[in-house]
Amino acid sequence: MAVCVAVIAKENYPLYIRSIPTENELKFHYMVHTSLDVVDEKISAMGKALVDQRELYLGLLYPTEDYKVYGYVTNSKVKFVMVVDSSNTALRDNEIRSMFRKLHNSYTDVMCNPFYNPGDRIQSRAFDSMVTSMMIQVLSRAPCCRAGEALWA
Amino acid sequence: MEGLTLSDAEQKYYSDLFSYCDIESTKKVAANGRVLELFRAAQLPNDVVLQIMELCGATRLGYFGRSQFYIALKLVAVAQSGFPLRVESINTVKDLPLPRFVASKNEQESRHAASYSSDSENQGSYSGVIPPPPGRGQVKKGSVSHDTVQPRTSADQQEPASPVVSPQQSPPTSPHTWRKHSRHPSGGNSERPLAGPGPFWSPFGEAQSGSSAGDTVWSGHSPPPPQETWDQTTVRTVASATTANEIRRQSSSYDDPWKITDEQRQYYVNQFKTIQPDLNGFIPGSAAKEFFTKSKLPILELSHIWELSDFDKDGALTLDEFCAAFHLVVARKNGYDLPEKLPESLMPKLIDLEDSADVGDQPGEVGYSGSPAEAPPSKSPSMPSLNQTWPELNQSSEQWETFSERSSSSQTLTQFDSNIAPADPDTAIVHPVPIRMTPSKIHMQEMELKRTGSDHTNPTSPLLVKPSDLSEESKINSSVKFASGNTVADGYSSSDSFTSDPEQIGNNVTHQRSHSGTSPDNTAPPPPPPRPQPSHSRSSSLDMNRTFAVTTGQQQAGVVAHPPAVPPRPQPSQAPGPIVHRPVDADGLITHTSTSPQQIPEQPNFADFSQFEVFAASNVNEEQDDEAEKHPEVLPVEKASDPASSLRVAKTDSKIEEKTAASVPANVSKGTTPLAPPPKPVRRRLKSEDELRPEVDEHTQKTGVLAAVLASQPSIPRSVGKDKKAIQASIRRNKETNTVLARLNSELQQQLKDVLEERISLEVQLEQLRPFSHL
Repeated sequence: MAVCVAVIAKENYPLYIRSIPTENELKFHYMVHTSLDVVDEKISAMGKALVDQRELYLGLLYPTEDYKVYGYVTNSKVKFVMVVDSSNTALRDNEIRSMFRKLHNSYTDVMCNPFYNPGDRIQSRAFDSMVTSMMIQVLSRAPCCRAGEALWA
Repeated sequence: MEGLTLSDAEQKYYSDLFSYCDIESTKKVAANGRVLELFRAAQLPNDVVLQIMELCGATRLGYFGRSQFYIALKLVAVAQSGFPLRVESINTVKDLPLPRFVASKNEQESRHAASYSSDSENQGSYSGVIPPPPGRGQVKKGSVSHDTVQPRTSADQQEPASPVVSPQQSPPTSPHTWRKHSRHPSGGNSERPLAGPGPFWSPFGEAQSGSSAGDTVWSGHSPPPPQETWDQTTVRTVASATTANEIRRQSSSYDDPWKITDEQRQYYVNQFKTIQPDLNGFIPGSAAKEFFTKSKLPILELSHIWELSDFDKDGALTLDEFCAAFHLVVARKNGYDLPEKLPESLMPKLIDLEDSADVGDQPGEVGYSGSPAEAPPSKSPSMPSLNQTWPELNQSSEQWETFSERSSSSQTLTQFDSNIAPADPDTAIVHPVPIRMTPSKIHMQEMELKRTGSDHTNPTSPLLVKPSDLSEESKINSSVKFASGNTVADGYSSSDSFTSDPEQIGNNVTHQRSHSGTSPDNTAPPPPPPRPQPSHSRSSSLDMNRTFAVTTGQQQAGVVAHPPAVPPRPQPSQAPGPIVHRPVDADGLITHTSTSPQQIPEQPNFADFSQFEVFAASNVNEEQDDEAEKHPEVLPVEKASDPASSLRVAKTDSKIEEKTAASVPANVSKGTTPLAPPPKPVRRRLKSEDELRPEVDEHTQKTGVLAAVLASQPSIPRSVGKDKKAIQASIRRNKETNTVLARLNSELQQQLKDVLEERISLEVQLEQLRPFSHL
């Protein structure tokens, strides 16, 4: 259901960023970039305490008119940022969490690959396919949402 | 043993072989795999082998000492030469060629021979089936050492025969042929950049590390992968055993491009061993990375291969995973495109033969690998522990992580357990929550009573008493509650309970009994009625109680008589009891009824006949009867609420009921039903009432109506099904309640009208007088 998925390294450079091609991708990139500030803010706010206590799922970082941005950070300060369409009201918090969980799992698998050097761009096909599956749902749902909106209107 | 004279060549050869077989360097060679293989490789019939072994004394000793071993070898030579086996022949036969051992042995021998003779060889990459035995120390030639180095797959070792088999093609003969043979049939790759080194078993998969020769050509199976680079890893095909196994295992055809042939597998396994001698262990990611990096594939592709092959995503490669990865590398090297997902044939399987077979040879392997001069897999010895521990840890942790992560993917949002509806509607509805037990207890008591039959005062009575007490309470409560609304039900229940009691009584009894029997059931169904009208219960409690008592005592005519009027209040609870005792006195009746339950136990409920008689006789107060009827009904419904009101109500009800003959039966039934609902309590009351009834005979409040009602009640077929009865009872009760209320309403309306008329008249008068006032 995500419109855009990004994996940001600890140093705040993207390891992986992918969005629905139909949209203006640059906009999503910019949104992700700006969301990093919010992520850092949240991390620092909670991070004062033990890192262990910090929950990985950050929740809604900030909503915009059309989109909502959710964040997730791992214990190694690798951040996942997901942009979802606001019109997709069916998305619940739990679903977002599960999506982040899947992302995290896939990311872990990528890290396990000895041929992957941390800090490299993520080029794993498995990761790509997983992200695609997450995003495809958005595409599949979008029309429905739009249709629903049309009905409402 | 006789002295054994060996030529120099023989000496060397034998010592080499011995060293090869002497895995543990104990100078004693047990009949381990190597030896067996060796002998099998000699291509001698089994019996001959046995004979040899016996001759050399191994069987006696249980192991092969050096001398025994030498003798054995000599005998092998003898046998191979066609000479009969004799102990003497050891020394007698002259000029025996060196014993020839097929396959690996053969190889060895040839090697040895070559080495001994020509010292040339060295083909470092022998993947001898029989792992380069002497390679180690004695290897004069690198080849030998290579061979030894080659970790023969356990399978190989275990299959001495395999050597024969596998190399099939290869065994034959010269190193060169081997070389060719080493090419896996499928592979056919002939590029063997044999650097000259001696034959090597190609693809059988034993890639042994360290080709000392350096040119070990790694004959990958089909594709000759970057053999140069790989060669470092001494491709040694352990043809024999491996092939045998492979061949066995290899049931697949070569159609599937991703299928791993036995040779290939063997080779892979050997390679695996170079990194991780324990075939059950893992290759850590870093080691695998180094290993596969040698293939000179781009990192991206290697990364993808890793993703495909690391099935359990643990960052380490098991044997199967490693084979799959290797195979993919080989394929890629040959130009095959990498699949998107792991082909089935490459899926890691469970532990298979090799591993199990290898177990025994592991130590040997390890030792072997450690010893080879060319320390190819130097890592092996050091690795094992690391490999095993780390991968396991890693794997476990990874698995755990993945599991936890993945398993939690299921978002089981809050799952609300289906709201457990009140188990028993009765209990739910009925406030006092008549203890379920009561009815059963009552029932039991009733049963007991029945059983006891005539003797009502029997021990059961105490039981009855007690439960009756409880039930009474509950009944009272329930009756109170019920009174309002579910007089019908109560009555029904009461009737039921009565029926339970009345077994002995007779028709009525039976009727009641059925009811009572169903009381537990009734308790369930009835519940609804009581709730709705607590007030009613109150108001009508007295009456209801009375009526209830009456009804219960329809069998007891008298009981019913009490209720009317009497201060139902205190009594309602007692209604059942008092009714029995003092039907006449409302209060008393009530108390009576209330106490009746308690007394009832003592009094045989069965003796309702007397009550009936009295009942029949006493048509004194229809009202009373009605009230009594009501009371019984009320009783169950509401115990203590408002006796007066209930009385009144009862009275009215009774009146109304009197008016309507039909209602009487209804009342009666109501009376009974009310009893029914508060099932347990009701029952008790019923019982008590039943008992009371006989006592109340004198009250005979019951009029013929009651009798009729009673009659009607018994008529209720017990067999109909308790539920139905309960429902019917509740319905009846409800109806009765409705009628009562309707009557009240009408009456009140009437009163209202009257009052209004009076008012009007007064106003008129006032008007008439007013003019004067105006003045």
